[in-house]
Amino acid sequence: MSEYLIELKNISKRFGGVHALDGVSMGIRPGEIHCLAGENGSGKSTVIKVMSGIYTPDAGEILIDGKPVDRLDPIAAVHNGVQVIYQDFSLFGNLTVAENLALNTYLLEGRGRMDWHRARKMAREVLTRLDVAIDVDAEVETLPTSGKQIVAIARAILAEARLIVMDEPTTALTGHEVDALFTIVRDLQARGIAILFVSHKMREMLEISERLTVFRNGRKVAEGAMSSFDEPAITHAMTGLEIDEETYTPDIPSESQPALEVQGLSVPGHVDNVSLSVRPGEIVGISGLIGSGRTEFAQALFGMENATAEAFRIAGVDAFPHSVQDAIAHGIAYVPEDRLSEGLFLTQSIERNMVVSILERLRRGLFLDRDAMRRKTEEMFASMQIAAPSPETAVGNLSGGNAQRVMLGRWLLTGAKVLILNGPTVGVDVGSKAKIHHIIRDLARKEGVAVLMISDDVPELTGNCNRIHVMHEGRFVAEFSSTAMTEDAINDSLKALK
Amino acid sequence: MKRFQSTEAVIALVLLTVMVLIGLVNPAFWGVANLFSLAKANVVIGIMALGVLLIMISGGIDVSFPAISAAALYITVRTMVALDYDGVLLPFIAASVIGVLLGAFNAFIIDRFKMIPLIVTLGTASIIRGLVLGLLGTSIVNINKMPDALIEFGKQDLTTVTAQNGATVGLTAMILVYLAIALVIHVVLRHTMTGRSIYAYGDDMESARRAGVNTRRTIFFVYCTAGLLAGFAGLLHSSMIWQANPRDFIGLELDVIAAVVLGGASIFGGRGSVLGTMIGVFTLVMVKNSLILMKVDTTWQRVVVGVIIVAATAITAWRDRKKLA
Amino acid sequence: MSAKAEEKPLLRRLLGSDASIAQLAVITLVIFVLMAAMNPDKFLRYYNFESITYIMPELGILCIAMMVAMLTGGIDLSIVAIANLAAITAGVYFRHPVVAEALDAGGLALVLHTAMGVTIALLVGLAAGLVNGLLISRLRIIPILATLGTGQIFSGLALVLTGGPAIVGFPETWNWIGTGKLLGVAAPFWVLILVAAVVAILLRRTHLGVNLMLIGTNARAAVFAGIRSSRMILYSYALTGVMAAIAGILLSGRTNSAKADFGASYLLQAVLIAVLGGTNPAGGKGRVLGVLLALVALMFLSSGMQMMRASNFMIDAVWGAFLVLVIAINYLRSSK
Repeated sequence: MSEYLIELKNISKRFGGVHALDGVSMGIRPGEIHCLAGENGSGKSTVIKVMSGIYTPDAGEILIDGKPVDRLDPIAAVHNGVQVIYQDFSLFGNLTVAENLALNTYLLEGRGRMDWHRARKMAREVLTRLDVAIDVDAEVETLPTSGKQIVAIARAILAEARLIVMDEPTTALTGHEVDALFTIVRDLQARGIAILFVSHKMREMLEISERLTVFRNGRKVAEGAMSSFDEPAITHAMTGLEIDEETYTPDIPSESQPALEVQGLSVPGHVDNVSLSVRPGEIVGISGLIGSGRTEFAQALFGMENATAEAFRIAGVDAFPHSVQDAIAHGIAYVPEDRLSEGLFLTQSIERNMVVSILERLRRGLFLDRDAMRRKTEEMFASMQIAAPSPETAVGNLSGGNAQRVMLGRWLLTGAKVLILNGPTVGVDVGSKAKIHHIIRDLARKEGVAVLMISDDVPELTGNCNRIHVMHEGRFVAEFSSTAMTEDAINDSLKALK
Repeated sequence: MKRFQSTEAVIALVLLTVMVLIGLVNPAFWGVANLFSLAKANVVIGIMALGVLLIMISGGIDVSFPAISAAALYITVRTMVALDYDGVLLPFIAASVIGVLLGAFNAFIIDRFKMIPLIVTLGTASIIRGLVLGLLGTSIVNINKMPDALIEFGKQDLTTVTAQNGATVGLTAMILVYLAIALVIHVVLRHTMTGRSIYAYGDDMESARRAGVNTRRTIFFVYCTAGLLAGFAGLLHSSMIWQANPRDFIGLELDVIAAVVLGGASIFGGRGSVLGTMIGVFTLVMVKNSLILMKVDTTWQRVVVGVIIVAATAITAWRDRKKLA
Repeated sequence: MSAKAEEKPLLRRLLGSDASIAQLAVITLVIFVLMAAMNPDKFLRYYNFESITYIMPELGILCIAMMVAMLTGGIDLSIVAIANLAAITAGVYFRHPVVAEALDAGGLALVLHTAMGVTIALLVGLAAGLVNGLLISRLRIIPILATLGTGQIFSGLALVLTGGPAIVGFPETWNWIGTGKLLGVAAPFWVLILVAAVVAILLRRTHLGVNLMLIGTNARAAVFAGIRSSRMILYSYALTGVMAAIAGILLSGRTNSAKADFGASYLLQAVLIAVLGGTNPAGGKGRVLGVLLALVALMFLSSGMQMMRASNFMIDAVWGAFLVLVIAINYLRSSK
């Protein structure tokens, strides 16, 4: 018998010219809690897809229980007890909890009949085992995120998982819910099920995992028992950089007029009476969990929500945005969280992606002023240092970092004075990340743009902001500035949220 | 499941309100003769709607089923006339098989070439209609040439009553065929893994694949069954009106899709039920038939049907608006 | 430098940087050669091409209208109904006793009333298009269902206006639009060229056109980028409605009649040609040039087949098969 439940040996996988995985070896032992860490683009998600049989590696060997598997397809992976819980959970919102739980099992058993009675019974049993109270007849789309996650875990258990892979499982959970999840995970471990956590949140890794594997740029750069790592060591392994202790300290005259000043902003059900003031040159961070109202707050500033405010001033002038067009006209810009679905027009050119928000201003009579359009695009293309053959290139062909720079370029063209960034470096590789941070800091320092940065990535906030608010249940619950603004302090504050 | 029931309850409530209103305008609505003819008018369109329901739950749409129905009935009847064959069972099997084959053609193109179903079925409808009319001709097979057994089959009544004016009106036995098919589809959708796979596929194709749903089989099942029902309904229609017209059902796709949407199915897939669809079909058929009773000029019929489609879809759009946001 | 930058895309545009345009040009050419070879004496006659220039424009304009609706990922299934309703409304206007009298008098009144009729038809098209646009952009009804419903309403209204039979006897000036000649070329053909040019310029050179493409590429991102999406979508359906009305004018002018259920097969053909012409029915991609090429290809195909005495039904079947074939080719090409 092998030491490992599943073992990858020298796995490589290329997409086009990119080595997503380059000779990676790793193993997971039965019943261990293992953490796979790495920045975005490090190959974490590729390796999950190799383990679950969705991708066939170009080279290398997969062993399960010590025996080589020549072709691991999704069905074979399931038969071998590998279950993946993706970030979107892959549940069916239109079906009940019981049915979601039974579906995989029934399909696996090759059943023809949908046995509702047994489905409910199975569901009740497994949910009782997990010690949670969820109505098995509720439609899944009516459950909160933590409920959906539990259903996804229960489904994996029912499929007789021996290894459950969880992709960024804590992103949407409150500190309290994370504790509950960890209790369940330890319980699973006690039953001999191995867990592979895929995450970039260090604190959680240190708390729950026994062993750690770190990826960077498609290669394994570190592995070992968790006890042999501390936070700086993990960060160093993930980024390849020494932690930059330098923080952003702008030199702002304290009497200068705020670029953005909001008082008592509320969005029914999401944001409750929030006040905020950002001066030119400031970079203010907002931390908080998904569902804390941070995105709704940002979208309200951008005129997208049905919001009310006691006061809303841009550079001292009343400017409540009733629509996105209003917000843009007032010099507010918003880079959304999900760049692919909310930000970019993938099949369209860089040029069109950049000028989209100033098209109205590029009109000369009935027509678009194509010379001005080209001139502006080329300027921004150069100053954002976008690596692409020409502005005609479709944005879909760009890397995450370049694509994000196209987004920044779009907003700079509008002459934005208030820049709201929601997850500015999500899905961006390490090198590009530093470049984007540099651009953002330059904008604030040299151009006097007021920046509001929302991020899950606490080091990103502490490294770039001069002030950080923690948001929870629609309110700002804590504020940190200068010396008090350490990663530990903010993490503790997030952890305390219920 | 509660939500399904509540959707159906709403539609049923709308239906009842409309019935009461029509009854107030013209009490003849509640006459046995009218109710029997209403029931009869539900059969063919209802069977087709059940096929469309399956497709809509899977997230697709089909505008080729009227062409499939017409092709199945005309090919079958013309063959029967040519061979001088008289019978019931074999022809219905033949019509159903024709429907399955044509449905499989739709499924093949949709699955293999990943093209949106609306465009594919527009194309196949054109091919099917064109070939049938072009190769077999356009002449209608009338009652004098129609196979007797088919006519006899379609003529059967469950019960007859004598109306006040002395004419006898019957409740067609074909309503049983419709109800039986509806029951089968209901059981398939609700109590088989095939049926549940359609709901899963319609909600999220990628997750369905991850869960182990055979997506190709699901697509083929859905379009072949819809084809089968269309083919069967086509011949049934023919035997009920005692003639075979290759140009039948032109434009019927609008009515049927409207009825299914009215019955609570979501055009985005994942939602819809047999009971809801049957109520939707009944409502549409009833409103169309009742316009005459309510002394609305027949030229206005289309306008009214159009308004119903728009209103029904506006309501479902409002219901689904969260999904779009 | 700027001249060069201008030159390169232009050259590419003509040669077809878009592979689908090149592919279409080849298909059109193959069909042309094939049909010419199969009907050596008839196909290449001047008369054949001339008659195509009379028949093609009404369908061509409907196809461009369909393409515009598809740019934002929508579809307009009511265009033929709008075309008929517009023509019938104008016909009803001409039948009005006062107008009819003036028309009989001829002269300037004839021209003025025809202009009035055209205006009425275009306004009907605009109104119908706005109804579609409002249902789709404000009430968020999905385009297939919205236009399916309004198509019924529009053709129903046309039926109510005529009571069933066709309206005949349009003024001769009206009929000239469908049958006349200008500078030796069919008048309707000029209309097609005009509409095609206007739409092509609109799509490439105006912010409306660029916005429609962007909305079709990613509707959600369009909202975040500050595009006035619902207004743009409203405009696009209004434009589609006006184009449908123009097609209605040409159709009634050519046949000197208007009826609620004329040209029913045009709907399918318009979808087909738009898709053949490289329009992505999911939105974000579509070009007038592609649509025109596909139109010409199918016109050659059906005129050649008619010469071979194929029935109209068989031609319909071939068109459908053509659509499926092109779907297959596009899929295989894109998956390479």
